[in-house]
Amino acid sequence: MPQIAQLAETWSSQVFWLLVFFGTTFFVIGRGMVPRVMATVAQRDGQIAADLAAAKAARDAADEQEEAWRVRENENRASAQAIVAKAKDEAAAKSESKLKAAQTRLDKKLADAETRIAEARRAALAEVESVAVEAAQDIVSRLAGAKVTKPAATKAVKEAMSHG
Amino acid sequence: MAAEQAKVDPMHQFTIEPLAGSGGWELAGYNIAFTNSALWMLITTVVLFLFVLGGMKRELVPGRWQMTVETFTGFIDNMLEANIGQAGHKYVPYVFSLFMFILFANILGLLPLGVIGLHPFTFTSHFTVTGVLAIISFAIVLLVGFWKHGLHFFSLFVPHGTPLPMIPIIAPIEFISFMVRPFSLGLRLFVAMMAGHVLLEVLSSFVIDGTNAGLLWGGVVGLPSFILMIGICALELLVAGIQAYVFALLTSLYINDAENLH
Repeated sequence: MPQIAQLAETWSSQVFWLLVFFGTTFFVIGRGMVPRVMATVAQRDGQIAADLAAAKAARDAADEQEEAWRVRENENRASAQAIVAKAKDEAAAKSESKLKAAQTRLDKKLADAETRIAEARRAALAEVESVAVEAAQDIVSRLAGAKVTKPAATKAVKEAMSHG
Repeated sequence: MAAEQAKVDPMHQFTIEPLAGSGGWELAGYNIAFTNSALWMLITTVVLFLFVLGGMKRELVPGRWQMTVETFTGFIDNMLEANIGQAGHKYVPYVFSLFMFILFANILGLLPLGVIGLHPFTFTSHFTVTGVLAIISFAIVLLVGFWKHGLHFFSLFVPHGTPLPMIPIIAPIEFISFMVRPFSLGLRLFVAMMAGHVLLEVLSSFVIDGTNAGLLWGGVVGLPSFILMIGICALELLVAGIQAYVFALLTSLYINDAENLH
Protein backbone atom coordinates (compact mmCIF):
# COMPACT_ATOMS: atom_id res chain seq x y z
CA MET A 1 0.00 0.00 0.00
CA PRO A 2 1.99 2.96 -1.28
CA GLN A 3 -0.09 5.39 0.79
CA ILE A 4 1.57 3.97 3.93
CA ALA A 5 4.79 2.61 2.46
CA GLN A 6 5.72 5.96 0.93
CA LEU A 7 4.29 8.10 3.73
CA ALA A 8 7.58 9.11 5.29
CA GLU A 9 9.17 10.26 2.04
CA THR A 10 6.14 11.85 0.35
CA TRP A 11 3.88 13.38 3.00
CA SER A 12 5.59 16.75 2.94
CA SER A 13 5.40 17.12 -0.82
CA GLN A 14 1.78 15.92 -0.82
CA VAL A 15 0.80 18.45 1.84
CA PHE A 16 2.79 21.24 0.21
CA TRP A 17 1.41 20.83 -3.28
CA LEU A 18 -2.11 20.24 -2.01
CA LEU A 19 -1.95 23.51 -0.07
CA VAL A 20 -0.53 25.27 -3.13
CA PHE A 21 -3.15 23.99 -5.57
CA PHE A 22 -6.12 23.89 -3.24
CA GLY A 23 -5.11 27.35 -2.05
CA THR A 24 -5.00 28.51 -5.66
CA THR A 25 -8.38 26.94 -6.27
CA PHE A 26 -9.84 28.59 -3.19
CA PHE A 27 -8.44 32.07 -3.72
CA VAL A 28 -8.64 32.29 -7.51
CA ILE A 29 -11.76 30.26 -8.24
CA GLY A 30 -13.62 30.22 -4.93
CA ARG A 31 -13.01 33.81 -3.87
CA GLY A 32 -12.40 35.36 -7.26
CA MET A 33 -14.73 33.75 -9.78
CA VAL A 34 -17.58 32.12 -7.89
CA PRO A 35 -18.90 35.39 -6.35
CA ARG A 36 -19.06 36.91 -9.84
CA VAL A 37 -20.92 33.90 -11.20
CA MET A 38 -23.36 34.15 -8.30
CA ALA A 39 -23.65 37.90 -8.77
CA THR A 40 -24.72 37.22 -12.35
CA VAL A 41 -27.32 34.78 -11.10
CA ALA A 42 -28.54 37.27 -8.50
CA GLN A 43 -28.64 40.00 -11.14
CA ARG A 44 -30.69 37.79 -13.43
CA ASP A 45 -33.05 36.81 -10.62
CA GLY A 46 -33.43 40.49 -9.77
CA GLN A 47 -34.08 41.33 -13.40
CA ILE A 48 -36.70 38.60 -13.69
CA ALA A 49 -38.38 39.68 -10.46
CA ALA A 50 -38.36 43.32 -11.61
CA ASP A 51 -39.76 42.38 -15.01
CA LEU A 52 -42.49 40.32 -13.39
CA ALA A 53 -43.31 43.17 -11.04
CA ALA A 54 -43.43 45.62 -13.97
CA ALA A 55 -45.67 43.26 -15.93
CA LYS A 56 -47.95 42.89 -12.92
CA ALA A 57 -48.06 46.65 -12.43
CA ALA A 58 -48.88 47.14 -16.12
CA ARG A 59 -51.65 44.57 -15.91
CA ASP A 60 -53.06 46.22 -12.79
CA ALA A 61 -52.95 49.59 -14.52
CA ALA A 62 -54.71 48.12 -17.55
CA ASP A 63 -57.36 46.59 -15.29
CA GLU A 64 -57.79 49.94 -13.57
CA GLN A 65 -58.14 51.71 -16.92
CA GLU A 66 -60.64 49.17 -18.08
CA GLU A 67 -62.62 49.56 -14.87
CA ALA A 68 -62.58 53.34 -15.22
CA TRP A 69 -63.60 53.02 -18.87
CA ARG A 70 -66.43 50.71 -17.87
CA VAL A 71 -67.66 53.14 -15.22
CA ARG A 72 -67.49 56.00 -17.72
CA GLU A 73 -69.21 53.90 -20.33
CA ASN A 74 -71.99 53.02 -17.93
CA GLU A 75 -72.41 56.67 -17.02
CA ASN A 76 -72.54 57.65 -20.66
CA ARG A 77 -75.09 54.98 -21.40
CA ALA A 78 -77.21 56.01 -18.45
CA SER A 79 -77.10 59.68 -19.44
CA ALA A 80 -77.93 58.80 -23.05
CA GLN A 81 -80.87 56.75 -21.89
CA ALA A 82 -81.97 59.64 -19.69
CA ILE A 83 -81.82 62.02 -22.65
CA VAL A 84 -83.78 59.59 -24.82
CA ALA A 85 -86.38 59.12 -22.10
CA LYS A 86 -86.68 62.87 -21.58
CA ALA A 87 -87.07 63.48 -25.30
CA LYS A 88 -89.67 60.75 -25.46
CA ASP A 89 -91.59 62.25 -22.54
CA GLU A 90 -91.43 65.70 -24.07
CA ALA A 91 -92.60 64.44 -27.42
CA ALA A 92 -95.41 62.49 -25.77
CA ALA A 93 -96.49 65.55 -23.75
CA LYS A 94 -96.39 67.77 -26.83
CA SER A 95 -98.38 65.39 -28.98
CA GLU A 96 -100.89 64.92 -26.17
CA SER A 97 -101.43 68.66 -25.82
CA LYS A 98 -101.75 68.95 -29.60
CA LEU A 99 -104.26 66.13 -29.61
CA LYS A 100 -106.16 67.83 -26.82
CA ALA A 101 -106.23 71.11 -28.70
CA ALA A 102 -107.40 69.37 -31.85
CA GLN A 103 -110.03 67.53 -29.87
CA THR A 104 -111.40 70.74 -28.34
CA ARG A 105 -111.41 72.38 -31.73
CA LEU A 106 -113.29 69.42 -33.18
CA ASP A 107 -115.70 69.37 -30.26
CA LYS A 108 -116.42 73.06 -30.72
CA LYS A 109 -116.97 72.61 -34.45
CA LEU A 110 -119.28 69.70 -33.76
CA ALA A 111 -121.25 71.66 -31.20
CA ASP A 112 -121.55 74.61 -33.64
CA ALA A 113 -122.68 72.30 -36.38
CA GLU A 114 -125.25 70.69 -34.09
CA THR A 115 -126.63 74.09 -33.05
CA ARG A 116 -126.79 75.11 -36.66
CA ILE A 117 -128.58 71.91 -37.57
CA ALA A 118 -131.06 72.36 -34.71
CA GLU A 119 -131.71 75.94 -35.76
CA ALA A 120 -132.20 74.93 -39.36
CA ARG A 121 -134.60 72.24 -38.27
CA ARG A 122 -136.54 74.67 -36.12
CA ALA A 123 -136.65 77.16 -38.95
CA ALA A 124 -137.75 74.42 -41.31
CA LEU A 125 -140.45 73.29 -38.90
CA ALA A 126 -141.68 76.86 -38.52
CA GLU A 127 -141.78 77.17 -42.27
CA VAL A 128 -143.67 73.91 -42.53
CA GLU A 129 -146.14 75.19 -39.87
CA SER A 130 -146.78 78.46 -41.59
CA VAL A 131 -147.18 76.67 -44.90
CA ALA A 132 -149.54 74.19 -43.25
CA VAL A 133 -151.55 77.03 -41.66
CA GLU A 134 -151.93 78.77 -44.98
CA ALA A 135 -152.78 75.52 -46.62
CA ALA A 136 -155.33 74.71 -43.93
CA GLN A 137 -156.97 78.15 -44.33
CA ASP A 138 -157.00 77.74 -48.02
CA ILE A 139 -158.45 74.23 -47.84
CA VAL A 140 -161.10 75.27 -45.37
CA SER A 141 -162.15 78.31 -47.44
CA ARG A 142 -162.35 76.24 -50.57
CA LEU A 143 -164.18 73.31 -49.11
CA ALA A 144 -166.38 74.93 -46.55
CA GLY A 145 -166.34 78.44 -47.81
CA ALA A 146 -165.74 79.59 -44.31
CA LYS A 147 -163.12 81.93 -43.35
CA VAL A 148 -160.82 80.66 -40.65
CA THR A 149 -158.79 83.11 -38.82
CA LYS A 150 -155.08 82.66 -38.79
CA PRO A 151 -154.71 82.03 -35.04
CA ALA A 152 -157.39 79.33 -35.15
CA ALA A 153 -155.79 77.69 -38.06
CA THR A 154 -152.43 77.83 -36.42
CA LYS A 155 -153.89 76.28 -33.30
CA ALA A 156 -155.48 73.48 -35.27
CA VAL A 157 -152.31 72.83 -37.24
CA LYS A 158 -150.22 72.75 -34.08
CA GLU A 159 -152.66 70.26 -32.54
CA ALA A 160 -152.61 68.10 -35.63
CA MET A 161 -148.81 68.26 -35.92
CA SER A 162 -148.21 67.51 -32.30
CA HIS A 163 -150.58 64.51 -32.67
CA GLY A 164 -148.50 63.51 -35.62
CA MET B 1 6.62 -13.46 -15.43
CA ALA B 2 7.37 -11.31 -12.42
CA ALA B 3 7.40 -8.20 -14.55
CA GLU B 4 4.07 -9.11 -16.09
CA GLN B 5 2.54 -9.58 -12.68
CA ALA B 6 3.78 -6.20 -11.55
CA LYS B 7 1.90 -4.64 -14.44
CA VAL B 8 -1.41 -5.62 -12.89
CA ASP B 9 -0.39 -4.99 -9.31
CA PRO B 10 -3.58 -3.27 -8.08
CA MET B 11 -1.60 -1.11 -5.67
CA HIS B 12 0.92 0.14 -8.17
CA GLN B 13 -1.45 2.86 -9.38
CA PHE B 14 -1.16 4.64 -6.04
CA THR B 15 2.62 4.88 -6.18
CA ILE B 16 3.97 8.41 -6.02
CA GLU B 17 6.90 9.22 -8.29
CA PRO B 18 8.83 12.48 -8.48
CA LEU B 19 8.69 13.92 -11.98
CA ALA B 20 11.48 15.40 -14.10
CA GLY B 21 14.22 15.10 -11.51
CA SER B 22 12.39 17.15 -8.90
CA GLY B 23 13.01 14.42 -6.29
CA GLY B 24 15.55 16.50 -4.47
CA TRP B 25 13.51 19.71 -4.12
CA GLU B 26 13.38 20.86 -0.54
CA LEU B 27 11.74 23.68 1.39
CA ALA B 28 12.96 24.35 4.93
CA GLY B 29 14.33 20.82 5.10
CA TYR B 30 11.11 19.18 3.88
CA ASN B 31 10.94 17.36 0.59
CA ILE B 32 8.59 19.05 -1.88
CA ALA B 33 9.23 16.97 -4.97
CA PHE B 34 6.82 17.71 -7.84
CA THR B 35 5.25 14.26 -8.10
CA ASN B 36 2.64 12.72 -10.34
CA SER B 37 0.22 13.43 -7.50
CA ALA B 38 1.14 17.13 -7.61
CA LEU B 39 0.80 17.08 -11.40
CA TRP B 40 -2.78 15.84 -11.13
CA MET B 41 -3.54 18.46 -8.51
CA LEU B 42 -2.27 21.01 -11.04
CA ILE B 43 -4.37 19.46 -13.82
CA THR B 44 -7.44 19.45 -11.54
CA THR B 45 -6.90 23.11 -10.69
CA VAL B 46 -6.43 24.09 -14.34
CA VAL B 47 -9.44 22.10 -15.57
CA LEU B 48 -11.58 23.50 -12.78
CA PHE B 49 -10.35 27.00 -13.61
CA LEU B 50 -11.25 26.55 -17.27
CA PHE B 51 -14.62 25.10 -16.32
CA VAL B 52 -15.54 28.03 -14.10
CA LEU B 53 -14.02 30.48 -16.60
CA GLY B 54 -16.57 29.23 -19.13
CA GLY B 55 -19.27 30.34 -16.70
CA MET B 56 -17.86 33.85 -16.38
CA LYS B 57 -19.44 35.25 -19.54
CA ARG B 58 -21.94 36.93 -17.25
CA GLU B 59 -24.66 36.92 -19.85
CA LEU B 60 -28.17 37.70 -18.76
CA VAL B 61 -29.45 34.81 -20.82
CA PRO B 62 -26.93 32.06 -20.05
CA GLY B 63 -25.53 29.61 -22.55
CA ARG B 64 -25.18 25.92 -21.76
CA TRP B 65 -21.75 26.19 -20.16
CA GLN B 66 -22.62 29.21 -18.06
CA MET B 67 -25.84 27.44 -17.06
CA THR B 68 -23.85 24.40 -15.94
CA VAL B 69 -21.45 26.45 -13.82
CA GLU B 70 -24.35 28.40 -12.34
CA THR B 71 -26.09 25.12 -11.53
CA PHE B 72 -23.07 24.06 -9.48
CA THR B 73 -22.75 27.36 -7.62
CA GLY B 74 -26.51 27.39 -7.04
CA PHE B 75 -26.36 23.81 -5.80
CA ILE B 76 -23.68 24.64 -3.22
CA ASP B 77 -25.46 27.87 -2.29
CA ASN B 78 -28.75 26.04 -1.72
CA MET B 79 -27.06 23.31 0.29
CA LEU B 80 -25.41 25.84 2.57
CA GLU B 81 -28.58 27.86 2.97
CA ALA B 82 -30.58 24.71 3.75
CA ASN B 83 -28.06 23.51 6.34
CA ILE B 84 -26.79 26.73 7.89
CA GLY B 85 -29.30 29.41 6.92
CA GLN B 86 -28.55 32.93 5.77
CA ALA B 87 -25.12 32.82 7.44
CA GLY B 88 -24.20 29.96 5.11
CA HIS B 89 -23.72 32.20 2.08
CA LYS B 90 -20.27 33.34 3.20
CA TYR B 91 -18.98 29.76 3.10
CA VAL B 92 -19.88 29.28 -0.56
CA PRO B 93 -16.33 30.01 -1.85
CA TYR B 94 -14.77 27.43 0.46
CA VAL B 95 -17.37 24.67 0.10
CA PHE B 96 -17.57 25.24 -3.66
CA SER B 97 -13.79 24.96 -3.97
CA LEU B 98 -13.80 21.85 -1.79
CA PHE B 99 -16.64 20.14 -3.63
CA MET B 100 -15.42 20.95 -7.13
CA PHE B 101 -11.77 20.16 -6.34
CA ILE B 102 -12.67 16.72 -5.00
CA LEU B 103 -15.23 16.08 -7.74
CA PHE B 104 -12.83 16.98 -10.54
CA ALA B 105 -9.99 15.04 -8.92
CA ASN B 106 -12.19 11.95 -8.61
CA ILE B 107 -13.50 12.14 -12.17
CA LEU B 108 -10.15 13.04 -13.75
CA GLY B 109 -8.63 10.09 -11.90
CA LEU B 110 -11.20 7.80 -13.52
CA LEU B 111 -10.51 8.92 -17.09
CA PRO B 112 -9.36 6.01 -19.27
CA LEU B 113 -6.18 7.84 -20.27
CA GLY B 114 -4.17 4.62 -20.00
CA VAL B 115 -5.46 3.90 -23.50
CA ILE B 116 -3.24 6.66 -24.89
CA GLY B 117 -0.33 5.86 -22.57
CA LEU B 118 -0.93 8.43 -19.81
CA HIS B 119 -1.46 7.34 -16.25
CA PRO B 120 -4.16 9.21 -14.38
CA PHE B 121 -3.49 9.53 -10.69
CA THR B 122 -6.29 9.93 -8.20
CA PHE B 123 -4.76 11.96 -5.40
CA THR B 124 -7.99 11.70 -3.37
CA SER B 125 -7.04 8.04 -2.85
CA HIS B 126 -4.23 9.22 -0.56
CA PHE B 127 -5.18 9.81 3.03
CA THR B 128 -2.44 12.41 3.25
CA VAL B 129 -4.47 14.53 0.86
CA THR B 130 -7.95 13.77 2.16
CA GLY B 131 -6.63 14.18 5.69
CA VAL B 132 -5.35 17.67 4.97
CA LEU B 133 -8.69 18.64 3.41
CA ALA B 134 -10.52 17.19 6.42
CA ILE B 135 -8.23 19.07 8.80
CA ILE B 136 -8.86 22.33 6.92
CA SER B 137 -12.63 21.81 7.23
CA PHE B 138 -12.30 20.88 10.88
CA ALA B 139 -10.06 23.88 11.56
CA ILE B 140 -12.68 26.16 9.98
CA VAL B 141 -15.33 24.63 12.23
CA LEU B 142 -13.17 25.20 15.32
CA LEU B 143 -12.18 28.75 14.30
CA VAL B 144 -15.76 29.78 13.49
CA GLY B 145 -17.08 28.10 16.62
CA PHE B 146 -14.66 29.74 19.03
CA TRP B 147 -14.75 33.06 17.15
CA LYS B 148 -18.53 33.30 17.28
CA HIS B 149 -19.33 31.67 20.61
CA GLY B 150 -16.09 31.72 22.60
CA LEU B 151 -16.02 29.16 25.35
CA HIS B 152 -19.77 28.80 24.97
CA PHE B 153 -18.87 26.65 21.96
CA PHE B 154 -18.28 23.78 24.41
CA SER B 155 -22.04 23.65 25.02
CA LEU B 156 -22.02 21.78 21.69
CA PHE B 157 -21.12 18.71 23.73
CA VAL B 158 -24.30 18.99 25.81
CA PRO B 159 -27.33 18.47 23.57
CA HIS B 160 -30.53 20.31 24.40
CA GLY B 161 -32.69 18.72 27.08
CA THR B 162 -30.00 16.44 28.47
CA PRO B 163 -30.93 15.56 32.07
CA LEU B 164 -28.36 16.91 34.51
CA PRO B 165 -27.15 13.51 35.80
CA MET B 166 -26.53 12.38 32.21
CA ILE B 167 -24.22 15.25 31.33
CA PRO B 168 -21.00 13.62 32.66
CA ILE B 169 -21.74 10.60 30.47
CA ILE B 170 -23.09 12.36 27.37
CA ALA B 171 -20.46 15.08 27.16
CA PRO B 172 -17.45 12.75 26.72
CA ILE B 173 -19.34 10.74 24.11
CA GLU B 174 -20.23 13.91 22.24
CA PHE B 175 -16.66 15.11 22.56
CA ILE B 176 -15.26 11.88 21.15
CA SER B 177 -17.75 11.86 18.27
CA PHE B 178 -16.79 15.47 17.58
CA MET B 179 -13.07 14.68 17.54
CA VAL B 180 -13.62 11.67 15.29
CA ARG B 181 -15.16 13.89 12.62
CA PRO B 182 -11.96 14.86 10.76
CA PHE B 183 -10.86 11.23 10.65
CA SER B 184 -14.17 9.93 9.37
CA LEU B 185 -14.32 12.81 6.89
CA GLY B 186 -10.86 12.14 5.47
CA LEU B 187 -10.93 8.35 5.66
CA ARG B 188 -14.35 8.01 3.99
CA LEU B 189 -13.18 9.70 0.81
CA PHE B 190 -9.79 7.97 0.81
CA VAL B 191 -11.31 4.51 1.35
CA ALA B 192 -14.07 4.96 -1.22
CA MET B 193 -11.68 6.13 -3.90
CA MET B 194 -9.02 3.56 -3.18
CA ALA B 195 -11.48 0.66 -2.98
CA GLY B 196 -13.01 1.59 -6.33
CA HIS B 197 -9.68 1.85 -8.07
CA VAL B 198 -8.40 -1.40 -6.55
CA LEU B 199 -11.59 -3.16 -7.59
CA LEU B 200 -11.24 -1.91 -11.18
CA GLU B 201 -7.61 -2.95 -11.24
CA VAL B 202 -8.31 -6.42 -9.84
CA LEU B 203 -11.11 -6.97 -12.35
CA SER B 204 -8.89 -5.79 -15.18
CA SER B 205 -6.23 -8.26 -14.06
CA PHE B 206 -8.93 -10.97 -14.25
CA VAL B 207 -9.73 -9.86 -17.78
CA ILE B 208 -6.07 -9.82 -18.87
CA ASP B 209 -4.97 -13.02 -17.14
CA GLY B 210 -8.15 -14.88 -18.03
CA THR B 211 -7.95 -13.95 -21.70
CA ASN B 212 -4.25 -14.81 -21.82
CA ALA B 213 -5.05 -18.27 -20.40
CA GLY B 214 -7.02 -19.19 -23.51
CA LEU B 215 -10.50 -19.08 -24.98
CA LEU B 216 -12.14 -21.15 -22.21
CA TRP B 217 -10.92 -19.03 -19.31
CA GLY B 218 -11.37 -15.90 -21.34
CA GLY B 219 -15.05 -16.78 -21.80
CA VAL B 220 -15.66 -17.96 -18.24
CA VAL B 221 -13.65 -15.35 -16.32
CA GLY B 222 -12.49 -12.63 -18.70
CA LEU B 223 -15.76 -11.72 -20.39
CA PRO B 224 -17.98 -11.64 -17.25
CA SER B 225 -15.28 -9.61 -15.49
CA PHE B 226 -15.20 -7.20 -18.38
CA ILE B 227 -18.98 -6.75 -18.34
CA LEU B 228 -18.84 -6.30 -14.57
CA MET B 229 -16.09 -3.69 -15.02
CA ILE B 230 -18.31 -1.62 -17.29
CA GLY B 231 -20.97 -1.59 -14.59
CA ILE B 232 -18.42 -0.83 -11.88
CA CYS B 233 -17.06 2.06 -13.97
CA ALA B 234 -20.52 3.63 -14.01
CA LEU B 235 -20.77 2.99 -10.28
CA GLU B 236 -17.37 4.62 -9.73
CA LEU B 237 -18.50 7.75 -11.59
CA LEU B 238 -21.48 7.83 -9.24
CA VAL B 239 -19.22 7.30 -6.22
CA ALA B 240 -16.92 10.10 -7.43
CA GLY B 241 -19.87 12.49 -7.33
CA ILE B 242 -21.37 11.14 -4.14
CA GLN B 243 -18.12 11.23 -2.18
CA ALA B 244 -17.46 14.83 -3.20
CA TYR B 245 -21.05 15.67 -2.23
CA VAL B 246 -20.74 13.86 1.11
CA PHE B 247 -17.51 15.68 1.90
CA ALA B 248 -19.09 19.05 1.14
CA LEU B 249 -22.36 18.18 2.88
CA LEU B 250 -20.67 16.99 6.08
CA THR B 251 -18.43 20.06 6.05
CA SER B 252 -21.50 22.27 5.80
CA LEU B 253 -23.22 20.33 8.61
CA TYR B 254 -20.17 20.74 10.83
CA ILE B 255 -19.99 24.44 10.01
CA ASN B 256 -23.67 24.62 10.95
CA ASP B 257 -22.77 23.27 14.40
CA ALA B 258 -20.17 26.00 14.71
CA GLU B 259 -22.49 28.74 13.43
CA ASN B 260 -25.66 27.86 15.26
CA LEU B 261 -24.54 25.42 18.01
CA HIS B 262 -27.53 23.13 18.47
